[in-house]
Amino acid sequence: MKPVSVLFIVFTLALLGFSTYQALVVAPTEQTMGEVQRIFYYHAPTAWVAGLCFFANFLASVAYLLRRNSNADALAAASAEVGVVFCTIVLITGPIWARPVWGIWWTWDARLTTTLVLWLIYVGYLILRRFATGSQTQTLAAVVAIFGFVDVPIVYMSIRWFRTQHPSPVIGGGENSGLDPAMWHAFLWNLLAFTCVGIIFVTARYRLQKLEDQVEAEHARLALERSMR
Amino acid sequence: MSAFGVTRTTLVKDLRMEWRSKDAINSMLFFSLLVVVIFSFAFNPTAEESRVIAGGLIWVAVLFAAVVALNQTWAHELRNQVLDAYRVSPAPPNALFLAKALGNFLFVVILEALMAPLFVVFYQLRSVGPLWQLVVVTLLGTWALVVNGTFFAALSIRTRSREIMLPLILFPISIPAVLAMVDATTTILSGEGTPEFWMKMLLVYDVVFTMVCLLLFESVLNAE
Repeated sequence: MKPVSVLFIVFTLALLGFSTYQALVVAPTEQTMGEVQRIFYYHAPTAWVAGLCFFANFLASVAYLLRRNSNADALAAASAEVGVVFCTIVLITGPIWARPVWGIWWTWDARLTTTLVLWLIYVGYLILRRFATGSQTQTLAAVVAIFGFVDVPIVYMSIRWFRTQHPSPVIGGGENSGLDPAMWHAFLWNLLAFTCVGIIFVTARYRLQKLEDQVEAEHARLALERSMR
Repeated sequence: MSAFGVTRTTLVKDLRMEWRSKDAINSMLFFSLLVVVIFSFAFNPTAEESRVIAGGLIWVAVLFAAVVALNQTWAHELRNQVLDAYRVSPAPPNALFLAKALGNFLFVVILEALMAPLFVVFYQLRSVGPLWQLVVVTLLGTWALVVNGTFFAALSIRTRSREIMLPLILFPISIPAVLAMVDATTTILSGEGTPEFWMKMLLVYDVVFTMVCLLLFESVLNAE
């Protein structure tokens, strides 16, 4: 590992410690929700990282289709995988918060449903990467990634209409109702820390993908050599 | 041959093959019949309830049945390396794609026409809203399923487990279309509210994804 990477990882770990302290100790306890509100400092930043990852996946996929550059494909694979992990965390932390605050684990509200559909699309994408064989994986995956990305705004629009027709059980809440400055503080520190964590994960996964590609190419070369003999 | 000529020739060829074998229609018809029967056991609805859930039932049955036919779309072309021959020919890839999508569209519309009386009989259905809206929703919704389905079928025949891959990609992408179809159909059947938003939504979905499919089909056909 390069010294720069080691330095960045150490920095991120320190940042993570600090932001955790900010979120769990420094930030004031929310008046109506109580301690459970603190999950927000993890929920929102992970959602942000998941969004970033899926956006990176889209850009990398377009770049791959235009340039046929295998680096772009490795980035697409890495960011989709990390995105799914973070999206899973969002989908788990959400209900943990919703149960005591809303009284329900889940509601088919626009944002929740869109996140779930997003998760489904990218899990499908990862399964495709598994099932596709040889070098065509990269093209097929890039194509599906573009479909997924185009689909998300349509999903959001349709669910919003679907749910505004019926009264939704979600009462107030959310970060839109204004945050205390101390809460903002904790939130932004966590946002920064988790973005760094996301960058580290994607970079590590990217390198791993490159190694996997190399191993596969080497296997193909050896098989070819053996068949020539 | 012009692009239109390629589309027409392929479409006529597919229709003739289907007319002689009736493979796709028969398997879809029997499959959706099974879905309808199983649903009616699973939910055991009264006439009142069935009006509310019918929109969902019809489209889930069609969605599952369509996957059966969609999976077969490109299977003919793999035999004798037809698809490879197509790739080296100067014929435009999108002409082939459109022919396949139109063929599937026709098959699924025929399926729906045959299934409609069954639904009326089994679920005592009767449309409160205007019937022409139901026809428009059906045509728009079917195209939404079929255009992406044809595309993803072309994609999934290139993977290890062909038959499984198609629904795994098609269903998540189709969620907004299914939502729009189901809600529009329920609205029309019950006569409560207007389905206009959902019809516009389906139109947008159709236009957007038809364009995306046409833009990307060449990459899929030529994927190495």
